[in-house]
Amino acid sequence: MSATLAFLQRVEKERYAAFAALAILSIVSALLSPFFLQWQNLLNILRQVSYTGIISLGMTFVIVSGGIDLSVGSMAAFVGSLAVLALNAVSDAGLAQETAVAAAIACAVLAGLACGLANGLLVTKGRIAPFIVTLGTMALFRSLSLYMANAGEFRSVSSLFGELGSAAPLGIPVPALILLGLAAALAFVFARTKYGRYTRAVGSNARVARYSAINVDTTRLAAYTVTGLMVGISAVLIAMRFNSVGSSTLGINYELDAIAAVIIGGTSMAGGRGTIWGTVVGAITLGVINNMLNMVGISPYLQGTVKGLVIIGAVFIQRQRQ
Amino acid sequence: MTGPLFRVRRLRKEFAGHAVLRDADVEIRRGEVLGLIGENGAGKSTFMKILSGIYEPTSGTLELEGQPIAFDSPSDARRAGVSIVPQEFNLAADLSVEENVFLGAELLKFGWLLDRARMRARTAELLAEMGANVSPEDRIDGLSAAQKQLVEVCKALAFDASLLILDEPTTMLTRREIDRLFALMRSLKARGMALVYVSHKLAEVKAICDRVIVLKDGELVREAPVAEIEPAEMARCMVGRELREIYPPKRKATGPVVLEVRGLSSPGAFADVSFTVREGEILGFAGLVGAGRTETAESLMGLRPSSGAVRLGGEDAKAKNADQAVRRGLGYLSEDRQGSGILTGFGIAENMTLISLRDYMSFGFVVDREKEGAKAQTWRQRFGIKAGDLNAPLESLSGGNQQKVSLAKTLDPGPRVLIVDEPTRGVDVAAKQEIYRFLSDLAAKGTALILLSSELEEIIGMCDRVLVMREGRIVGELEGDAVQEREIMYLATGLQASANA
Repeated sequence: MSATLAFLQRVEKERYAAFAALAILSIVSALLSPFFLQWQNLLNILRQVSYTGIISLGMTFVIVSGGIDLSVGSMAAFVGSLAVLALNAVSDAGLAQETAVAAAIACAVLAGLACGLANGLLVTKGRIAPFIVTLGTMALFRSLSLYMANAGEFRSVSSLFGELGSAAPLGIPVPALILLGLAAALAFVFARTKYGRYTRAVGSNARVARYSAINVDTTRLAAYTVTGLMVGISAVLIAMRFNSVGSSTLGINYELDAIAAVIIGGTSMAGGRGTIWGTVVGAITLGVINNMLNMVGISPYLQGTVKGLVIIGAVFIQRQRQ
Repeated sequence: MTGPLFRVRRLRKEFAGHAVLRDADVEIRRGEVLGLIGENGAGKSTFMKILSGIYEPTSGTLELEGQPIAFDSPSDARRAGVSIVPQEFNLAADLSVEENVFLGAELLKFGWLLDRARMRARTAELLAEMGANVSPEDRIDGLSAAQKQLVEVCKALAFDASLLILDEPTTMLTRREIDRLFALMRSLKARGMALVYVSHKLAEVKAICDRVIVLKDGELVREAPVAEIEPAEMARCMVGRELREIYPPKRKATGPVVLEVRGLSSPGAFADVSFTVREGEILGFAGLVGAGRTETAESLMGLRPSSGAVRLGGEDAKAKNADQAVRRGLGYLSEDRQGSGILTGFGIAENMTLISLRDYMSFGFVVDREKEGAKAQTWRQRFGIKAGDLNAPLESLSGGNQQKVSLAKTLDPGPRVLIVDEPTRGVDVAAKQEIYRFLSDLAAKGTALILLSSELEEIIGMCDRVLVMREGRIVGELEGDAVQEREIMYLATGLQASANA
């Protein structure tokens, strides 16, 4: 009995530290501004964090497996550009709007998968450090998008595409629904499936995993591919939101926000440990911080400072706990 | 010089209210090797860590030459003349021998410039004194385990140490290297230095120590001049009960050949290795460190590229990766438990099913945690693993219990041929005996076992047939009464038995 209790205390503290921090932050925000707890404001925060939140779900797999992906922001711009190009090409061909939107979504998903797969192959088969691979592809994806758009933006010719971006069935924005749906699915994969277990094993000690007959390369490859898929989904959602893709603006600092959400959510940067729901909480925490700073009228230029301090603070607290 | 060099009075250390060292009184004298023995968890490491300034005692005092003393840090202890040679090497792999010897205590010119000439000269002098075949400029990662050990000793001796603590210094060494270390220890002793020798190898304690103290559950239970205590009694004091025969009786295997290896080679590691193992047999692989035994095992498991033929139960079993090897019925318990055996952050159950996870699936991809937990529970009972909770991370377990988990993990897929590499390294006497008994039972039920070990005693105690490797080749096979220490050493070293004796 006492052993069970001790176990619960240990786990709960790990798992709920991020929840507790978010709760405290929310209470402070509610005290600072009466608008914070309004339904519309809360939905707005959720929508704002969805785009990077979806990416951070994939990033959790990559970081837990012992890697990092810096290319997600540039990849979102590249994949988003391709999606809008596909949308316009199908529309110009005189096909139905629905077909064009489906083509854009399919294009984003497939291009995202392909980009993630490329990152993964370079890391596993090319035996290059993830930091270097994704630093390289970060420059590459951004440059390709800038070149394709001549540093400008791709505008969608479809009105349906843009309408979907602001759709909110049952009052909840589409991106937020997708974030929560994907989080539920990936949390299951992470905690309950063979692949989730292998991801933690590989990040915990790749040598032990190899000696335990686990295919380390395939496991890592899958993590980067899942991240690519998440970037594809996120990119098409952002493109819908603006009904366009800015080749120089879309996805800027997304890698920072995605990694920050993972870390604030309690995942160990060293790999081997983490949770998907923690990452969702981390993403929402970042959104609440931005929202609070806006409401109390702090310069938007200082938001990066606060974000930076929160990231460092989160890691510092993790260290203390160990 | 009167009185002991070092005196420890009523030394006590508690972690979260749990006492791991209970009011121990110890004297350490000049010109003496003091043996410190005890099971894992008896408080040996805690005792050493307090002496070397890593831990602060909860209560009790330390006296150096009659003066009370307290160490704030290991470097504090080192300045006072207390040095430790740790069990796990603590060397920077990319630096040279000389840079490592003086790491953190570099000799300086004008107070800021490295005095490389003086450091090099001092290192060369120390290395020569130990008869080490190492140059001060050599990089650490190019050295063998034995050479690294000597560098650690150099590091401990670089500043005039008056007390030298050696923690399990012989686990990685061969017989001849051990003899050389012992000669070095005797010469240090003759100079009036005090040495503390911590080891599980009781025969070595008997050979090198002058006096022995035994710790059990944090208490000092026995202190005796080594002349008055035999290894058997040391073991009895450590576990508090009589250890009868530590090795189960040997059996001659008559079952059919299950594994057949022909001309297995891996360039740079071993060449033309051929042998067979029978069902129910325990085949020994003896040899010096670096003879190619572990590399051979890794090749059989598909962890290292190799050429040659491997047949298991008549079918081709040449594996390209560990997964193939496991599917074909091979299992491997690695010599490096922490580095390639277990995941210290994972729970007991998760570790046990790491290799065989595919057998615990519902719908093909979801882990059936109930089934997993039930299986882990049977393993825990079978091995007597001491842990409150199957989800407890392995880092909270003792070395012996970790090894049992590692063994359970290797056995869970049900291998027909099990290779165990140094199965009792860093494990206490009681756990050792349990592991031997378990391996013997396993063989009795028909599993073919290959035992790789640097401990000759273990090979001789467990195996009816022994292959000896030297420099990557099988140089001899001994069977039945021919399995003798002298014969094995003769083959392993390639020297005449008389010259070696």
